[in-house]
Amino acid sequence: MARPQRKAAEKRGIAKCRTGITGLDQIMEGGLPKGRPTLLCGGAGCGKTILAMEFLVRGAREFNEAGVFMAFEETGKELGENVASLGFDLPSLISHKKLFVDHVRVERSEIEETGEYDLEGLFIRLEAAIRRVGAKRVVLDTIESLFSSFSNTNILRAELRRLFQWLKSKGVTVVITAETGDGKLTRQGIEEYVADCVILLDHRVEEQNSIRHLRVVKYRGTTHGTSEYPFLIGVSGISVLPLSSLKLDHEASTQRISSGIPQLDAMLGGKGFYRGTSILITGAAGTGKSSMAAHFVQAACQRGERALYMASEQSRSEVIRNMRSIGIDLEPWVEQGLLQFYANRPGSFGLEKHLVTIHDLATAFNPRVVVIDPVTNFLAVGNDLEVKSMVTRLIDVFKSRHTTAMFTSLTAGDSTAESSEVGVSSLMDAWLLLRNLESNGERNRGLYVLKARGMAHSNQIREFLLTDRGVRLVDAYIGPSGLLTGSARIAQDIREQAQAAARKQQLARKNLELKQKRQTLESQIAKMRADFEMEENSVLRDVEDLELAEKDATLVRTAMGRSRQAELARSHGNGRA
Amino acid sequence: MFGKDIMTRIDSTNIADLTAKANRKSRYVLRLYVTGATARSRRAIVNLDGICHEFLKGQFDLEVIDVYQKPSLAKDEQIIAAPTLIKKLPLPMRRIIGDLSDREAVLLGLDLKRKRQGTK
Repeated sequence: MARPQRKAAEKRGIAKCRTGITGLDQIMEGGLPKGRPTLLCGGAGCGKTILAMEFLVRGAREFNEAGVFMAFEETGKELGENVASLGFDLPSLISHKKLFVDHVRVERSEIEETGEYDLEGLFIRLEAAIRRVGAKRVVLDTIESLFSSFSNTNILRAELRRLFQWLKSKGVTVVITAETGDGKLTRQGIEEYVADCVILLDHRVEEQNSIRHLRVVKYRGTTHGTSEYPFLIGVSGISVLPLSSLKLDHEASTQRISSGIPQLDAMLGGKGFYRGTSILITGAAGTGKSSMAAHFVQAACQRGERALYMASEQSRSEVIRNMRSIGIDLEPWVEQGLLQFYANRPGSFGLEKHLVTIHDLATAFNPRVVVIDPVTNFLAVGNDLEVKSMVTRLIDVFKSRHTTAMFTSLTAGDSTAESSEVGVSSLMDAWLLLRNLESNGERNRGLYVLKARGMAHSNQIREFLLTDRGVRLVDAYIGPSGLLTGSARIAQDIREQAQAAARKQQLARKNLELKQKRQTLESQIAKMRADFEMEENSVLRDVEDLELAEKDATLVRTAMGRSRQAELARSHGNGRA
Repeated sequence: MFGKDIMTRIDSTNIADLTAKANRKSRYVLRLYVTGATARSRRAIVNLDGICHEFLKGQFDLEVIDVYQKPSLAKDEQIIAAPTLIKKLPLPMRRIIGDLSDREAVLLGLDLKRKRQGTK
């Protein structure tokens, strides 16, 4: 009985108030609880005020909901100046009656407490402000500073409790900021009164890079993402970066796209990669990762698709110059606007900033193909776990956009080749491994397909040649001492060629022999035939002679007969002529 | 609501004049902000009345204002707590909050305590 009821309630859910802040509504599954207070807590300088202000500004701009900002720490002018860099024009919003900023200034030194009081003055101010602009959203930033202005905390607590109740009755969506402290969410424990929704912001510096995180600690009556989500204060406000794989619901494409290397396409079931998948190329330094990436990009541009090349080791012109040496000219694609480079040292700013920049680029440029070369460089700004989480987010960004992404990953030396440094291989759909194959005093490149989800793929190790006409894959020989590459392969090649030549010669010889035999036979036959003909001729001649003689004899006999008959008429005798 | 009897305007001259007067005669310019006719508001008025008449006889301008009637004043005068007594003059400006039942604290806030000790 209880179950279906609860289910129905879940389905209906509580009303949400969209913040309009990138990523936040996604994590909050719709937004803040509508008509209820949300506590936004965090240490100093973690972005509470900006997030709260963005909530109001976006409310006014995007959802046509006016807001009241009650500032306990900064004046309206200071606030306006602070958020102007984010493109928030407070004076304009204020003059359009979309926003009302009230600076509550309480100077402890001016105050003498002389008995019982309440905070009715604050209520009146809020009421007046809400009425003035018809506010649907209210921010109290930072209400806890009242605790440093008034000494009677019992009164304050009671009044704050009353304030939140009162705000709920007003039906406004409220964001209350508070500073974390002493291992508690808020210094004064006001989370007790604001129990509906608590968001925690965090700002920490790791290896000289500042990282901001957001976490929804509590959200009564609704599901929400529970992880720590990195967020950034960018040029257009706050961006929270959710792991969009909260739901793994990417549409799988059956379309295939070329890797740009025909022999490699052949290894991948003859058709190349699936569109919208993630491809990992791992290999030690100088194994040709960037070259493969360049092929991939070129192939995309040749298909008329937009490609984004993110280089964290080389500048745009370096990539273009270096790729020319293997016969790939990327410059025309750049000129045609099909190829865009984003070259930046990872250390120049934190992981999250990179992520946001990449996300923004992906949104603005909308590439079909992306190369990140190499992804391992981000390790300079984060630890394995962070980079992995970033790559996961990146993959999701691209997958959700059906963008095929190629990540190159540098493996240290000849260390365990089958473990990608960032530990992201399990997230990838295809994994190509480039290896240095050392033997006979030389080093050659080998390639094999370690995995390729959803397609038949070659299990062969191929030798990988960088020629002035691009990458070429050649068959590698498996000799008695293992894989033969480089000159060993060439030697084997020559040996095989020699054998083939020998075989050919032998064949020619045999053919000649046969021909000669046939000729001999035929000449014998001809001679025998000639002899026979001669014999035949002489026999025929004899026969002819005999026949002739016979004929003559007959003629003689006839003539004699005739004459004898004539004689017979005289004498009846047989006589001869 | 609160009645006009409370909203007594003892002096309606402007601040510049008040400053001049105060400087001349060391006059006290006081504003008491209350929120409605609550018991607390009444207590504050009664307490202040007593103090003024005891210590500032003839040298104060007092105005009692109901913030409910003039909500915009709450913002302009930075009123949070109620009741709030603002000593505008003489400088420095002071805010005395509460129902003014702690007489010592009120006198301290009005800078009258030292004065009183001096006169004794």
